[in-house]
Amino acid sequence: MNEGADKGAGVGIVMLVHTAFDRAEQVARHWAASGCPIVFHVDRAVPTKAYNAFVRSLSDLPDIRFVGRHRCEWGTWGLVAATQAASEVMLRDFPNVRHVYLASGACLPLRPVQELIDYLAERPTTDFIESATTADVPWTIGGLDEERFTLRFPFSWRRNRYLFDKYVEFQRRIGFKRKIPNGIVPHMGSQWWCLTRQTLSAILEDPDRKVYDSYFRRVWIPDESYFQTLARLYSRRIESRSLTLSKFDYQGKPHIFYDDHLQLLRRSDCFVARKIWPFADRLYQAFLTDQDGAMKRTEPNPGKIDRIFSKAVERRTRGRPGLYMQSRFPAPGREINLTCAPYSVFEGFSDLFENFETWLARMTGARVHGHLFAPERAEFSDGQTVMNGALSDSAKLRDYNKWAFLTNLIWNTRGERQCFQIGPRDHIKGIEWNIAMDPNAQISVISGAWAIPLFKSNENFSEIRNKAAFLQHTERKHLDTLRSEWSKARIRIWTLAEFIEAPMEPLQTIIDEIGKHNQTGLAEVPKMADLTGFGQFLQNLKNQGMHPYLMGDFPVAQDQNEPQHTKPKPYLVR
Amino acid sequence: MSVWQSYIMRLRRRRAHIRAYRKHFALNPVRERTEKIRPGDILLFSTFRNEHVRLPYFLDYYRKLGVAHFLMVDNDSDDGGREFLTGQPDVSLWTTRASYKRSRFGVDWLNWLQRRYGHGHWTLVADPDELFVYPFCDTRPIRALTDWLDVSGVRSFGAMLLDMYPKGRIDAVPYSQGQDPIEIAAWFDPGNYMIERNPSYWNLWIQGGPRARVFFSGQPKKAPALNKIPLVKWDRRYAYVSSAHTLLPRGLNLTYDQWGGERASGVLLHTKFLDTFTTKAQEELERRQHYSGSVEYKAYAENIRDNPELWCNWSEKYINWRQLEILGLMSKGNWA
Repeated sequence: MNEGADKGAGVGIVMLVHTAFDRAEQVARHWAASGCPIVFHVDRAVPTKAYNAFVRSLSDLPDIRFVGRHRCEWGTWGLVAATQAASEVMLRDFPNVRHVYLASGACLPLRPVQELIDYLAERPTTDFIESATTADVPWTIGGLDEERFTLRFPFSWRRNRYLFDKYVEFQRRIGFKRKIPNGIVPHMGSQWWCLTRQTLSAILEDPDRKVYDSYFRRVWIPDESYFQTLARLYSRRIESRSLTLSKFDYQGKPHIFYDDHLQLLRRSDCFVARKIWPFADRLYQAFLTDQDGAMKRTEPNPGKIDRIFSKAVERRTRGRPGLYMQSRFPAPGREINLTCAPYSVFEGFSDLFENFETWLARMTGARVHGHLFAPERAEFSDGQTVMNGALSDSAKLRDYNKWAFLTNLIWNTRGERQCFQIGPRDHIKGIEWNIAMDPNAQISVISGAWAIPLFKSNENFSEIRNKAAFLQHTERKHLDTLRSEWSKARIRIWTLAEFIEAPMEPLQTIIDEIGKHNQTGLAEVPKMADLTGFGQFLQNLKNQGMHPYLMGDFPVAQDQNEPQHTKPKPYLVR
Repeated sequence: MSVWQSYIMRLRRRRAHIRAYRKHFALNPVRERTEKIRPGDILLFSTFRNEHVRLPYFLDYYRKLGVAHFLMVDNDSDDGGREFLTGQPDVSLWTTRASYKRSRFGVDWLNWLQRRYGHGHWTLVADPDELFVYPFCDTRPIRALTDWLDVSGVRSFGAMLLDMYPKGRIDAVPYSQGQDPIEIAAWFDPGNYMIERNPSYWNLWIQGGPRARVFFSGQPKKAPALNKIPLVKWDRRYAYVSSAHTLLPRGLNLTYDQWGGERASGVLLHTKFLDTFTTKAQEELERRQHYSGSVEYKAYAENIRDNPELWCNWSEKYINWRQLEILGLMSKGNWA
């Protein structure tokens, strides 16, 4: 036995290297400085010249070995074969090693190596290997979990994705299932483990190893299941977690750590982190300078970093709903919420009530706009010409891309409820459907209320008649849209007649839905337009051959005989 | 149908290459240092005309981000910019007196240079008034980004143009050489961008910002395109078809997610609106070398005279990339 092994740290490092040799060397020296023997496996894809240079660069270290090179493609057996070969050499050549730590060239020890040695020395029979049954893990890259173990995977996922997928599909169709040997229970977990000599040698010297090897050779991503499964057969004590901090994104690629993660890694308390960007000078400098004592001696807890990386994955897969931008542009129908926040659309209210907008703003604290899609300009609240986000009130700009206009407005004002008016005069063609299908929209309609401004106007009756016909036609088509089976907005439609019969209840409901205070009922009501003579006005339209029906039934006689009846009802105010 | 379309696109790509070949004869090397380019270097390609005042900061900015070599085409400058660049050790410079317009606004020249020198490199295309901002650009060099893109199997990276402008008159504060232009043009429009998908090239067509708001509110369709794909792992088969807006093959234009997720993206801070702009606009109007009859410059000239202020109450002052991310103008995607 040579000198290093006698000194014997008790922990041996198996290091898989395929790139960034200068960093691998740096880390190797760091391990070696604490007396850890190292067995290297270098990917066969590495050119001989680079390999030889790497071997030479480490030639001054005493306790290192290099093993025969396998081709280590992601998700293939080569990685397991490499690990086996290196582990065998480790166990054979360094008898003092009690724990074997599997690491890669892009791994960086975060805490002083001595701490790891001590930590493992205190737990001489514990295997640290993440190992869970397929049913219990959420990682299913490529939609495969249990099938990893029951199908065959002769084609590379990276290089022959088409064949890979087709072959999987084919096997599913014909109901192919591989037999799992000896009734072992497949387990999966992080490929970076730390096993005891006892467990590791039991796996490697298993009389059935040939059977297992030939089975796992055709399992998909065996490096995440071979040792994880077999360790269950022999381990006396498994701690199902990895001592290596390693985060994976939604494609199964490891997240990479950079200089700006320094503080994050300091807090991680893990022994080793991967993967480190080879040019992250500050990280290498901070963690490889000897035992600076800055690290706390606490139980490793990789959970702290989880949040930041799971958020990154979520941003990539779900994004920010309702945001349309250069790298997020969901195709129609692929998103449920079409906007980023709830908003309210009112149709007919500002025709019926003289001060509806100011009233609504007072009652709800929401931002209440006029007719955002008015033909002349976007009527922003308070007469503003530019709104949040530098959104212009120009009708041409707005009409150029109405949906962008609306989604921008809702996005720019997130945190503040937006309300706006719509009427049959407005330019909403093309976005009607989007609004109706948006669960964020709360749409309240008083149908036929557009007749009130006509009723009040001073135009020639023939003009009024034409306008009324046009507006009614437009609104009817709009109502059809709202009533369609596809609409997902919260939609309430009253006829004008219905509404003025009992206005308090609907108003209360709408306000309640917008939320915020007002539990005690409406303290104040909007002022309703004076509708004396409205019934006659409608009758006149009828007499001209135009049939107004969207406002419901307004008896003509009523206001001739009992005019006081159609005056605004006195509301009950509490 | 789609086979036919692919074929058409292939022809267009071919045509772009042929154009690039034809136009490259007009490029005269002033100082070629391309032998200094090492494998894996990040290269920047740019055309310019009379931008001497901006060049020192431009070089400085991109050197700090880790650009290893600049390949620049000077379009007949007479302000000393060419001489300045000749003295820079990491710049290869070509000059030409040929028409900017007839080289399709420099695309042909750069396509040629990229095809010739960019193969296998990450290449960045940016004008001297464009500053590239990407997630973590304050702590990580471009190399970190491109390495990550490589690992993720991503070949192209989108960065929309964000027009920056000063508060007050555009010509109120003079820009001095070497200065960070963002110190003056510190403001931008945070949320008025309009996006459409281009069905034939698959890229997004983005318009909006102060130019649409002030200069083109009457004819929004003519507002300049803001979508750009400036960072590409170049292959000699690739070609830009119009400035840095559109690439072929079309797959490179898919820098956005269509399922609701966010891909990583950046921003090109466009510092065109400095005091130099007023004279530049006049000059460009006379030269008529810009897109669709220089309609852009006509609109500028008309508006600039009476209302040279782009700033409004809802303008946002630039802080850093994180601010742009929060505003939804760019995204980290799954880069953490």
